[in-house]
Amino acid sequence: MGQRTPLHGQHLALGAKIVDFGGWDMPLHYGSQVEEHHQVRRDCGVFDVSHMTVVDVHGPQALAWLQRLLANDVAHLETPGKALYSAMLNERGGVIDDLIVYLTGFGYRLVLNAGTRARDLAWMQEQAAGCAVELRERGDLAMLAIQGPHARARTGELVSSARAALIHELRPFEGMAEGDWFVARTGYTGEDGLEIMLPAAQAPDFFSELVGAGIAPIGLGARDTLRLEAGLNLYGQDMDESVSPLAANMGWTIAWDPVGRDFIGRAAVEAQRCAGGQPKLVGLLLEERGVLRAHQVVRVEGIGEGQITSGSFSPTLGKSIALARVPAATGERAEVEIRGRWLPVRVVRPNFVRHGKALI
Amino acid sequence: MSNIPADLRYAASHEWARLEADGTVTVGISDHAQIALGDVVFVELPEIGKQLAAEQEAGVVESVKAASDIYAPIAGEVIAVNEELTDSPELVNSDPYGSWFFKLKPSNAGDLDKLLDAAGYAAACAADA
Repeated sequence: MGQRTPLHGQHLALGAKIVDFGGWDMPLHYGSQVEEHHQVRRDCGVFDVSHMTVVDVHGPQALAWLQRLLANDVAHLETPGKALYSAMLNERGGVIDDLIVYLTGFGYRLVLNAGTRARDLAWMQEQAAGCAVELRERGDLAMLAIQGPHARARTGELVSSARAALIHELRPFEGMAEGDWFVARTGYTGEDGLEIMLPAAQAPDFFSELVGAGIAPIGLGARDTLRLEAGLNLYGQDMDESVSPLAANMGWTIAWDPVGRDFIGRAAVEAQRCAGGQPKLVGLLLEERGVLRAHQVVRVEGIGEGQITSGSFSPTLGKSIALARVPAATGERAEVEIRGRWLPVRVVRPNFVRHGKALI
Repeated sequence: MSNIPADLRYAASHEWARLEADGTVTVGISDHAQIALGDVVFVELPEIGKQLAAEQEAGVVESVKAASDIYAPIAGEVIAVNEELTDSPELVNSDPYGSWFFKLKPSNAGDLDKLLDAAGYAAACAADA
């Protein structure tokens, strides 16, 4: 038996198929993963993401410490409410985790992956030695993601007027506290929506209200196809500690300026950048029937080979799509080996669907 | 609980087989199998005319989640395939016993008796779970 979120009993009552995810018993789907996917693209749905790791950073050196810990620069967060996506690198420039950091009234809040929790916390504690920072893991919080074009409007009807006003005012990639809730306009689907952190004891009632109002519960299966269509990386699949952010389509998240900011992994990634030749993470679109899967081999004629890191069927496009790490010189065409046959694929920017619209 | 019609025979690998009046055998995958797979998005069917041995790979069914082989429950020659599944693979989920994959001309009609009956298959599924 794995760890359970405060909503576990409700998932079972809703007919969820439960699977292990990073040591947690989580809902894979509540009937049809494809229907849940469409529900989020067309209307909205609610995900239990309470398994994710939330860490608050307090103390007078929080800013300086995070400027060393993270490849993106938290100094870009100028006013409370702003959020930033960043990699946390090791000294060799490998990705320990990817995370979102919010500037809050008390300091910073980090939201990290569930599967990397132990490694993340150990690493952060190690880096905090001798710094005037205090890390507080917020295991007392649950987290719900309400995602889809109608997510904010529908959620706003179910909460206090103060929270409804905040939901209305938040701009994309902002998050603010309201009472004992933290409401953010962030997500992992390529749609508008919210991520709400709230005391675990309040989560079952709020989840019931959302589902009772017709906001469908959505499992991890649809979460995966939604994020894949949006071209968002999944830690452990599209990158890990052996992979440079430059080879994971995360170069844009590295803040190179100011040049004097000595973040962990900087020297290694700078050397990689100067040397060149890092592979790149691209999108693949299979025009024939079939399904692209992680670990299938990608062949680029005259250039070399690569590998699919995430692949599935795209419910929105009705075709199979993938993220793949391929040689830097790869052009617009490649081939993928599926059960001994080489099928042609289009190489595209890894961003297939945004706000309900196909981009390719 | 999945639906297991009493008038069909089953392979432990989750195919169902139905003996038709003309002596041919129609093959599909069970309700239990489609539930385990989840949303089916792709089906690869065998070639007509292909001679299959019992338990030989006959095709592939892929869901959003994973790919899974389909096996010939008994030996025989493929005499028809259900092209409808190529365009509408989701029929495997909505109607698993109406959504046949292929028809075999059995090498030996008696082979069907070697397959599980509904009670035996129900027991096998229960042991699986």
